[in-house]
Amino acid sequence: MSDRRPHDVSDLELGNLFRREAGRMTSALARVFGVHNLPLVEDVVSDAILRALEVWKISGVPENPAAWLTAVAKNRAIDVLRREKTARTFEPALAAALSTEWALVPAVEEAFRDEVVKNEQLRMMFACCHAQLGEEVQVALVLHLLSGFGAREIGAAFLVSEAAVEKRLQRGKAKLAEARSLPSIDEGRVAAHLGAVHRALYLLFNEGYHGAHREGSVREDLCAEAIHLTSLLATSDATKKPSTFALLALMCFAGARLPARRDTNGELVALEDQDRARWDHALVRRALAALESAAEGDELTAYHLEAAIAYEHAAASSRADTRWDRIVALYEALMQLAPSPVIALNHAIAVGEAEGPERGLEALEAIDDADQLDDYPFHAAAMGELLLRMNRRAEARRAFEKACAKARTPDERRWFATRLRACSDA
Amino acid sequence: MADFIYLYRGGNPPSEPDEVQKQTHKWLAWMKELGANGHVRAGNPLERHGKVVRGKSKTVTDGPFAEAKDLVGGYLLVHAKDFDEALELSKGCPILDMDGTVEVRAIHLVNVPAVDGDA
Repeated sequence: MSDRRPHDVSDLELGNLFRREAGRMTSALARVFGVHNLPLVEDVVSDAILRALEVWKISGVPENPAAWLTAVAKNRAIDVLRREKTARTFEPALAAALSTEWALVPAVEEAFRDEVVKNEQLRMMFACCHAQLGEEVQVALVLHLLSGFGAREIGAAFLVSEAAVEKRLQRGKAKLAEARSLPSIDEGRVAAHLGAVHRALYLLFNEGYHGAHREGSVREDLCAEAIHLTSLLATSDATKKPSTFALLALMCFAGARLPARRDTNGELVALEDQDRARWDHALVRRALAALESAAEGDELTAYHLEAAIAYEHAAASSRADTRWDRIVALYEALMQLAPSPVIALNHAIAVGEAEGPERGLEALEAIDDADQLDDYPFHAAAMGELLLRMNRRAEARRAFEKACAKARTPDERRWFATRLRACSDA
Repeated sequence: MADFIYLYRGGNPPSEPDEVQKQTHKWLAWMKELGANGHVRAGNPLERHGKVVRGKSKTVTDGPFAEAKDLVGGYLLVHAKDFDEALELSKGCPILDMDGTVEVRAIHLVNVPAVDGDA
């Protein structure tokens, strides 16, 4: 038994490995095959991954599983290129190299170099966030092509059917296939489209963080992927703008709280009441570093303001110690910059903390477009909290009953039910 | 104690990375357990493609071109008390959950040396 020494890899690591490497291989292969040959790219990627399963299940996971996968994908790509070079057109920029045997192998090797893969992933990100694609298509494409999520998983995360996700992906891939090359990342493109990329990553993160989907590990994977992809933007010369750092800071602050979002019984805990010792302090440090980089330059984006709010929560040692007046001011700035009923709701909650429940309730009742919050259970719940603090128990109870009725997940329902019971306590 | 061979056939390939991960994990866990209990002698996957040599003329053809479900994908040499134990152990194989089969065969050793450390 000397020839078989399985390398011990935990379940989670392996999961991230296959996904992440699928994303890397897809971008590298799109460079070689051209983005119009995505089906071929995906065949090669899934082939490499399946081969890994076939071999690793018996021989154990090799010392460097990522390199193993890459080697299989490269060989397979070279086979495909040799076999199909007369039948297909590949990436036009590489056409010359791919037409000669002596240059073909180096061209494939080059595409899998770390620096090149990273750049290809950026190009893929910009391609996925194509202006003519809806945001739901953009996010599905990012998750699928860059993060290796399958249609079933994406569907589970966004509470839509696998078939609907397939449709979105098909629509997106058809758009990508209109160009043979991925877009180049120059100043002009970054200026025009970085905002859309940020937006897609922000949605991705939010879906993981606040999403209405079922409990489970998918949501935290979404947050981790959003942070990973944003970090990619933050470490690339063309895209490391203050707004990128602000987005990264905001995600890292929020991501740091994930471990404390549930108590020991698995129930949700409100931000202000979380056990801060359970926050991921390494992620808090990353957030602080990103926030510092975000402050360079004079750009002020909604992400800056959201990151600053997250910073206030992170800097406070408790609910009472939180500088609510600053949070109110930041929400006011955010309402100017990016007005939305949800921002107005959060503003009202902060006013309630800073200036007392009466003022909070006034702010809550003053929200424009409050009807858009009708299906958002935290609107009713916020009203319940304020009324409860004013000891208007009957009204508070009605508000929490409404929140219970609107709850989107069992987690939320249990949370509102707990608050409802608090209305009856003496 | 005696040696047996498991021949793996078929098994629906998973379609998404997270399923690959789950299956890989199941296999690793199973193999680890078998190994920890001293049952594993050796095992390897087989490459998908090979050649078949036939007849006195030693004709070489591509192949085997069996259906995917009939193709041997790998083998494991297992050390077990007797056939029944080898058979019982094979029932834990994750390939069974993915529509594959395990063929269990005793290895018939001719001229077994008289000294057997395990006996």
